[in-house]
Amino acid sequence: MTTETRRIVFYRDEMLPPKPPPPATTGVIGWMRRNLFSDWWNTLLTFIGLYIIWLIVSWLVDFAILSAVFTGEDRNACLPKNGVEVGACWAFVNARFNQFMDGFYPTDQEWRYLLLYAVGIVLLVPLLIPKAPYKGLNALLLFGAYPLLAYLLLYGAPSLGLPVVETTQWGGLLLTLVIASVGIVISLPLGILFALGRRSELPVIRFLSIVFIEFWRGVPLITVLFMSSVMLPLFLPEDVTLDKVIRPLVGVALFAAAYMAEVVRGGLQAIPKGQYEAAQALGLTYWRMMGLIILPQALKLVIPGIVNTFIGLFKDTSLVSIIGLFDLLGIVQSALSDPKWSTPTTAATAYLFLALTYWLFCFGMSRYSIFMERYLHTGHKR
Amino acid sequence: MTTQNAPREIVEDAAASAGDLAVQMIEVNKWYGDFHVLRDINLEVFRRERIVICGPSGSGKSTLIRCINRLEEHQSGRIIVDGVELTEDVKKIEEIRREVGMVFQHFNLFPHLTVLENCTLAPIWVKRMPKKEAEEIAMHFLEKVRIPEQAHKYPGQLSGGQQQRVAIARSLCMKPQIMLFDEPTSALDPEMIKEVLDVMVELAESGMTMLVVTHEMGFARQVADRVIFMDQGQIVEMNTPDEFFSNPKSERTKLFLSQILH
Repeated sequence: MTTETRRIVFYRDEMLPPKPPPPATTGVIGWMRRNLFSDWWNTLLTFIGLYIIWLIVSWLVDFAILSAVFTGEDRNACLPKNGVEVGACWAFVNARFNQFMDGFYPTDQEWRYLLLYAVGIVLLVPLLIPKAPYKGLNALLLFGAYPLLAYLLLYGAPSLGLPVVETTQWGGLLLTLVIASVGIVISLPLGILFALGRRSELPVIRFLSIVFIEFWRGVPLITVLFMSSVMLPLFLPEDVTLDKVIRPLVGVALFAAAYMAEVVRGGLQAIPKGQYEAAQALGLTYWRMMGLIILPQALKLVIPGIVNTFIGLFKDTSLVSIIGLFDLLGIVQSALSDPKWSTPTTAATAYLFLALTYWLFCFGMSRYSIFMERYLHTGHKR
Repeated sequence: MTTQNAPREIVEDAAASAGDLAVQMIEVNKWYGDFHVLRDINLEVFRRERIVICGPSGSGKSTLIRCINRLEEHQSGRIIVDGVELTEDVKKIEEIRREVGMVFQHFNLFPHLTVLENCTLAPIWVKRMPKKEAEEIAMHFLEKVRIPEQAHKYPGQLSGGQQQRVAIARSLCMKPQIMLFDEPTSALDPEMIKEVLDVMVELAESGMTMLVVTHEMGFARQVADRVIFMDQGQIVEMNTPDEFFSNPKSERTKLFLSQILH
């Protein structure tokens, strides 16, 4: 028989200090061991994955850089040499670059939109940096004065010595940016209003909000665009003509607003009832409660959804090429039909260029949203 | 046996004029759908009076105090707070809410604002007070609740007890006439209950009119002028704390006390 001592009483006066974790579980080595090489099967998958990445990257580098043609006057530069196909025909993009940027905007007036871009960046960047001062003035300039400046510069004002450039001449990246930014700036506040409306206790407002949201969500954007360009003029009186660019622009903005409303509503639903009650108990009115307490929290929660909608809107602008507008996609596609540049790789190059351009803007928005989420998260985790 | 069903009232000789009343509830009834949560509530709260309300869960005690600042709507009867009757009139409701502070079970601090901003928000936006003055008042009350050093932190960085003290300070910054407490210590860890109760005791001693829903019977004994026991949406017993604990009149109260005072 063994004697077993069972410890019944235990106490300590000194608390244990923290110890470092075991080696090879932290840092890069530890991470790789855990995630890439934890057993033979994972190790095999890691190597297969690396091989696939290598295949893609090496092909892309070869096509876009190593075998690519960067200069040339016409298709002859990009034809197969000695029976070997060349890579990307950047000479084509180069030759058409101006057109891709602004459509048929008069060359001697190009400074106007370049100036507008510059002012836009100067106003936008400090607004996006959380710590930059004068947020109120900055926002006022960007959302108040800037649209007016944009109208004067892009469309023109003969009295100021700026000849009119009809919207039919707008195109390329310029048109894409105009539609996307107007859509973004209109859809967020409108979406917030409809989200609040849908949760309102007033039956009429709630009903109208639901009708608006469900109408725009239930219709494909292409249908909206076709209706705006083909059907809308039929309903308007003869002498009323709505601009060819304004019509799809409004369509895109309202369409995005409906999606935005549902995203924001999701955020509103996540705010505990206690926040409303505390705000009410302090005597805040409805709009102050929403503006100071509920919306700041709700919008922060749905930043990923908001940016998702923005990105979707940005890419959806390419649908206007279907109704005869020459946005970035439209202008690139129309350039492809030029026999002067008909080579085996012209189309592939053009679409690679398109993909890269769209990707740059969308990736930028995505990174910024991640940055904002992290920034707003600091300090008050709950 | 007949007398047992009829509510008995002991009218004290306090010759109360209407001006001494902080809250007056007359025949107040409320339903949630078919469920009758408040039944014929008659209650008069005098200025500087401290009232503790207790009772089993679902007895309507939280609903009762939430009717006083219209977080809940009553469907019949009258509620008069600080001389103003609660009606559909939004202006009147906002007027009353400026005069009535409330502390919640789950603190309900605004997590996106610092402690100081939590305290200055309502004075600035509701009372239109200059920011600097609002901050001075906020710091004064944060000192009263003994956490001025936490002013620039966010609520999520504080313990439950600290958060509840901030919530009390936030209410006091509006300089309310009446304070409502809805189970202020029920969500706290045992180690933190005392720090909150201490603040409440000090507030009571300063002469604040208080209605406190709580199960902290020690607190009730120490500061209450009257203790109200509720069950099934009714006021079952209303008594001085001494009588309530040592010599309760109603059988239901006796049963309740025997359950909670082990």
